[in-house]
Amino acid sequence: MTKSELIKSLESGKFTITAEIEAPKGINTEKIIQNAQLLKGYVTAINVTDCPLGNVMMNSLVPCHLIQEKVGVEAVLQMTCRDRNRIGIQADFLGAAALGIKNILALTGDHPRLGDHPQAKPVFDLDSVQLTMLIKKLNEGFDFNGHKLEGTPKFHIGVAATPGADPLELEIIKLEKKMEAGAEFVQTQAVYDINILDKFMDAVSHLSIKVLVGVVPLKSAGMAKYMNKHVPGIKIPEDIIKRMEKAEEPIKEGNTIAAEFLKAVKGSKAHGAHIMAVGTQQYVPTIIKQAGLI
Amino acid sequence: MIVVERKNINDILENLKGFKKILLVGCNGCVGIYQLGGEKQAIELAMLINMGNKLKDKKIDTKAITVIRQCDKQIVKEELGPIITDCDIILSLACGAGVQTVAEVFENIPVIPANDTKFIGAQAREKGTLFEMCIACGNCILDKTGGICPVTRCPKSHLNGPCGGVYKGKCETDKERDCAWLLIYNKLKLSGKLESMKKIASPKDFTKAAHPRKQEV
Repeated sequence: MTKSELIKSLESGKFTITAEIEAPKGINTEKIIQNAQLLKGYVTAINVTDCPLGNVMMNSLVPCHLIQEKVGVEAVLQMTCRDRNRIGIQADFLGAAALGIKNILALTGDHPRLGDHPQAKPVFDLDSVQLTMLIKKLNEGFDFNGHKLEGTPKFHIGVAATPGADPLELEIIKLEKKMEAGAEFVQTQAVYDINILDKFMDAVSHLSIKVLVGVVPLKSAGMAKYMNKHVPGIKIPEDIIKRMEKAEEPIKEGNTIAAEFLKAVKGSKAHGAHIMAVGTQQYVPTIIKQAGLI
Repeated sequence: MIVVERKNINDILENLKGFKKILLVGCNGCVGIYQLGGEKQAIELAMLINMGNKLKDKKIDTKAITVIRQCDKQIVKEELGPIITDCDIILSLACGAGVQTVAEVFENIPVIPANDTKFIGAQAREKGTLFEMCIACGNCILDKTGGICPVTRCPKSHLNGPCGGVYKGKCETDKERDCAWLLIYNKLKLSGKLESMKKIASPKDFTKAAHPRKQEV
């Protein structure tokens, strides 16, 4: 099977951009298709989230398939360990492979306690390292217990990392394990400070992993303060918060800040960026253009 | 130690409705040591139930007795056997194992729990709080994790390090809870054993924790 466009782009050395959209809360798929159409031509691949925070949403495989078939942009299927045991996960992956999905982002998943079904039983049969091992095994033509499959999937495995994690050493140990398990690329938690990114890139320089740096455009100063206070590993510098406070059009300023940071990422050792503009996907093309990346 | 928590008194009374001779059985094992279901609690709960019931029906009689260990069939048989004929329901203050032992020994008497059985815990240095330390997974890995159990103390039971939800050393599910993996990392680092964290831990074999389990003794 041929390599995915995402991996081909990363391997070519080209600065690669991916974006993220949320699966619908309901059965209407028009909006996702519209959003994906907006992003077409600007990004190499589009991630679809797997019930973020544990909020019930459509199975991300369906939007991934529609984006590939109807819009013609490659998808990255996000899969968490929260809701499925190793049997359910493999069943979904086999279906995904049959539908032509080529990229997977293997994630732990937020605890159900954080979402709209806090009473749910958390599964976590596997962790993200073991999920990576499982995908690698499928890629070898076997299920996780070594039984032969009819036909062999070929998934490219992405994982997550937090460049602003404290202590960073612990984050790197886990990333090393993910690499050893078969990860090829990483899409990081949002970064706002180029110094944090540089430190992270130095810390992973011994790993042959492709790094797509998380970029989350700010919508308001309040959002920035909230993220600093509540989102793990996020450190938004004070001068950015001041700019957002002073801005007459905060969304526009947030997009400008994101574009400036994208430019800085391009100048760093990272291999690309992953733009997570949930609810504001329409601005992603503008941000990319503003950064001079198209 | 096994940690229990008293059920809502209204739920207990609802379960006792229609019974005239109620026997409360405390346990001086784990739940007695932590004063959650021992002699004192059995007497107090019996008084409480008596007070509530006497207002409605003077014929209702509630007694309390406590045994050394309710999870021991022999002890239950010997200590409760002589007095059991005089009751038509047993309210057990033991853990789930104790309740079931009594239920099995006295097969023609209904046995109901006064408590919810919560976890295997230990007392924190701060007096008064018990923390869950072991979920009895049947496959101990404390040798690799600095004596700190991630299966129990990480809400996601992760075996290969922290998730992305660790924030300032605390867990995404509870800002008061230390991230188990950060504790493990610190312990392994301080004891010169950080290498043991670098090896990939394979997925857990849940056949070892498949219910119901047994053990020959």
